[in-house]
Amino acid sequence: MIETVEYKVREIIAELAVLDIKDVSRDSTLESLGVDSLGLVEAIFAIEEAFDISVPFNANNPAESVFDISSVGSITAAVQELIDQQAP
Amino acid sequence: MKRVVITGAGTINALAYDVPGTLQAFRDARCGISELDIRDVDRLSVKIGGQVHGWDAEAHFNRQQIVLFDKFTQFTLLAARQAIAQSGLSFDGNLGYETGVVLGTAGGGVNTWDENYRVVYEEGKNRVHPFVVPKLMNNAAASHVSMEFNLRGPSYTVATACASSNHAMGQAFHMVRSGMSRVMVTGGAESMLCFGGIKAWEGLRVMSKEACRPFSLTRNGMVQGEGAAMFVFEEYDHARARGAEILAEVIGFAMSSDAADIVMPSKQGAARAIAGALRDARLNPSDVGYINAHGTGTAANDKTECAAVADVFGAHADHLMISSTKSMHGHLIGGTGAVELLACIMALRDGVIAPTIGYEEPDPECALDVVPNEAREARVEVAISNAFAFGGLNAVLALRRV
Repeated sequence: MIETVEYKVREIIAELAVLDIKDVSRDSTLESLGVDSLGLVEAIFAIEEAFDISVPFNANNPAESVFDISSVGSITAAVQELIDQQAP
Repeated sequence: MKRVVITGAGTINALAYDVPGTLQAFRDARCGISELDIRDVDRLSVKIGGQVHGWDAEAHFNRQQIVLFDKFTQFTLLAARQAIAQSGLSFDGNLGYETGVVLGTAGGGVNTWDENYRVVYEEGKNRVHPFVVPKLMNNAAASHVSMEFNLRGPSYTVATACASSNHAMGQAFHMVRSGMSRVMVTGGAESMLCFGGIKAWEGLRVMSKEACRPFSLTRNGMVQGEGAAMFVFEEYDHARARGAEILAEVIGFAMSSDAADIVMPSKQGAARAIAGALRDARLNPSDVGYINAHGTGTAANDKTECAAVADVFGAHADHLMISSTKSMHGHLIGGTGAVELLACIMALRDGVIAPTIGYEEPDPECALDVVPNEAREARVEVAISNAFAFGGLNAVLALRRV
């Protein structure tokens, strides 16, 4: 299951960064992939749509958000947590 | 005061994707108004418009741009690229710090409003794409032109309904004439041919279901259009010094407000704007050879406009030509004056007067030479372009052959 979530997250970020998915690894940071603040907001929207979740994220202060965006891996883990919280 | 000339022009509208194609359509008296190809058109009672058919955004913009650019921004950028390319100007040096963009648009990103209202109201979704606001805002197009061409001077958007682009171009004219900027990029854009955009206009019951027939006794309303036209306004000496091709000189501009009614036009308000533009340009009425009319094809506008022209020009009104190209490209609302300025440039530069097409029968209340149905060759020294907006806001530009 985690592989599926991670693959989808990588796919979303790769599309936004106009990169091949193989260039987006678990350790990649959004900054290293050239995703700017507007791109980040777009990525969160795409993640919400793809997984049907609501991401607690405030663009005013991304560092203090509960949702950890420091790397592709941390985003994947946070997404998984949100999906698990939703499970009945 | 500085002299102001036009050194670049670009457009996309229902007639063509560029200036040469649009001018050729004017010469050929071609109609760009057609059946609308939009979502839910079957629920509209007005099913025609001056639509830009076959528009392929991906041929002009990359994916990241398309998610940020409403159609009115796309049209603006396409027209601005053409105009700036024709001018031959580069804004990388000091010129970029004084050059800005003054754009006229009435609705801004109407398609973006429409699409996202559908998402939340019709589809019941509770989440919209994060770029909705930067996409729909009225100044988005002006800002993207500034970013693409490194224009760091004064930029803003003017919204005065159907006079938006004339007001915008008048402001740009003032900036260059005063010496504030040597170059300004200006014009207008509109893209409200979507379900909500047309439905709103339907409510006023001033729309024709068949054709736009300005000044004809058989006229039965306006037809909406979409697109953009952009120009480079440049200080005359600056243009001459670099050997630029000059399309026409902008010599006067005036604005007036009717202060009377939110939709009905006023003869006095229109006449004051026309007379004001002549005074600003130091012209006698007899100097004017061609008027690009506001000519919407509504009962109210056309007879009021003709009466205003008769008042200002007196006996000379019978010796000048006045035509409405809205009969061909439709009413581009906030972008209309910009596309219509092309007809003035064609009259001055090429000696060809764009016709009023769809003209069937004379109206005694519009008894002027409206250049019916066929373009005409004529040497014209001075042309003026009228725009009279809902809300009683009028703006008239005067141009001279160079």
